[in-house]
Amino acid sequence: MRKITTDIAIVGAGSAGLCAAYQARSAGAEVLVIDENHRPGGQLFKQLHKFFGSSAHRAGTRGYVIGRELLERVEKSGVTVWLDSVVYGMEKDRSIGVIHDGENIVVDAKKVIVATGAKENYMAFPGSTLPGVMGAGAAQTMVNINRVLPGKRIVMLGSGNVGLIVSYQLMQAGADVLAIVEAAPKIGGYGVHAGKIRRAGVPILVGHTITRAIGEKEVEKVEIAEVDDHFRPIPGTEQIIEADTICLAVGLNPMTELLWMAGCRFCFIPAFGGHVPMHDANMETTVQGLYVAGDVTGVEEASSAMEEGNLAGVSAAASLGLLTFEAAEERRKEILGRLDTLRSGMFGERRRTAKEKQLAETAAYEAGRRE
Amino acid sequence: MRVAKHPILDDLDQSKKVTIYYNGKPIEALEGEPIASALINAGIRSFRLTQRRHEPRGIFCAIGRCTDCKMIVDGVANTRTCVTPVRDGMRVETQDGVGRFEKPAGTAEGDGRP
Ligand SMILES: Cc1cc2nc3c(=O)[nH]c(=O)nc-3n(C[C@H](O)[C@H](O)[C@H](O)COP(=O)(O)OP(=O)(O)OC[C@H]3O[C@@H](n4cnc5c(N)ncnc54)[C@H](O)[C@@H]3O)c2cc1C
Ligand code: FES
Repeated sequence: MRKITTDIAIVGAGSAGLCAAYQARSAGAEVLVIDENHRPGGQLFKQLHKFFGSSAHRAGTRGYVIGRELLERVEKSGVTVWLDSVVYGMEKDRSIGVIHDGENIVVDAKKVIVATGAKENYMAFPGSTLPGVMGAGAAQTMVNINRVLPGKRIVMLGSGNVGLIVSYQLMQAGADVLAIVEAAPKIGGYGVHAGKIRRAGVPILVGHTITRAIGEKEVEKVEIAEVDDHFRPIPGTEQIIEADTICLAVGLNPMTELLWMAGCRFCFIPAFGGHVPMHDANMETTVQGLYVAGDVTGVEEASSAMEEGNLAGVSAAASLGLLTFEAAEERRKEILGRLDTLRSGMFGERRRTAKEKQLAETAAYEAGRRE
Repeated sequence: MRVAKHPILDDLDQSKKVTIYYNGKPIEALEGEPIASALINAGIRSFRLTQRRHEPRGIFCAIGRCTDCKMIVDGVANTRTCVTPVRDGMRVETQDGVGRFEKPAGTAEGDGRP
């Protein structure tokens, strides 16, 4: 088995990984980014909606445009990128196993940044395993990246931002979205997104759930019903919708497998999608020299993933002595300021509280370890 | 159905076509696209059958995470079709159960079971 060494290895070429790579490379580190995808960018290139936030976050610019610019910067910076290369494991000493070009290679890096993103949650109901039931992100990938309609008549479950955004993008691609079904008594996502959907004439049915997908070999119809205060379907309220596809927008959960293998400590934060790695303000986990960034640290969105990537890249480079303490502190302060803006407002507060809890749990663990 | 025209994205480049074989039947695909999208475009949504009850499954995540889309591709079982690009002449077959690997020449027969 061939072994190679580098300064910083980054797993994942999504928003977080690419930003981390750019920062670390700009500071002078030798950087290797590894992604199992055929194309870099992670989930960024399927995000056609305009981003929120301040002007520093390119508010009003569409996600895939931001992705294109980021990629260009990274390519120019001299980072090495391995695509079509899967990281299948990580040892306690942070060495990582990669299949690259059909060859099994061990990458021994001085610092490792894991930015593997998140995957979509599943929800079980009778018929939910039928072909035609898929994640909302899967449908988004199909229409915006692969340019194929995964269905013509769609029912969306979940009215958070992903459910609302993807419904709109499915319509832009030519599908009919028949309804957005939401069990909670009110819409989960931003008012702007919901407004666009409503103006397009799609009903958002709050206080409803999908009770059944009906079909022999694939989805042919969908049964929905009203729910009571405990989210139980109310008998007698069932309705049938003639849909061929169900999209589930019921949250994401971090892809933490490599971090568990490496022996990172975790804490449980439901607002972030479940078990998330403990990390300090520099994005370093409880395993020294192992950093995290983006959705793998707790599910947020692309802008915050990019900022966490910046932070991890700067911190890893600084720990190699490539930046002076003062220079690193100055950059970190800027990045943290921008992250703070992203984690404010009606929807941001919840994520801010969750991040504060994660940092506090990490600090408590580290204090206990030093005793 | 292809998303050829789009209000935001450029027109889809359909100039480079390849042919793949789905259970022996020729299907047109676009160079570089994943197998799953070529199949869905051809109206095929059921990709494999489960081991015990032989129930059909199709794509769920489309980003290589869930393995619900696995098929036998050029003889290799458990290939995730949502992240495997098409190649001209590729053979793609429905996988029934856990899947067997084709016996490589000169070796004892192996199957996909752990
Ligand atoms: C399908 C999907 C659609 C989404 N759509 C939206 C949306 O429309 N709007 C929104 O605000 N948010 C959306 N999100 C949330 C999105 O995750 C964030 O916006 C942001 O892009 C996360 O960036 P990231 O860099 O942390 O992860 P990602 O962009 O997911 O990047 C992670 C990368 O790591 C790679 N990787 C993972 N494991 C390995 C491994 N073992 N070996 C090699 N490579 C590996 C993956 O291939 C991927 O490219 C979506 C998420 C998903 C999963
Ligand atoms: S659909 Fe999930 S791995 Fe292909």
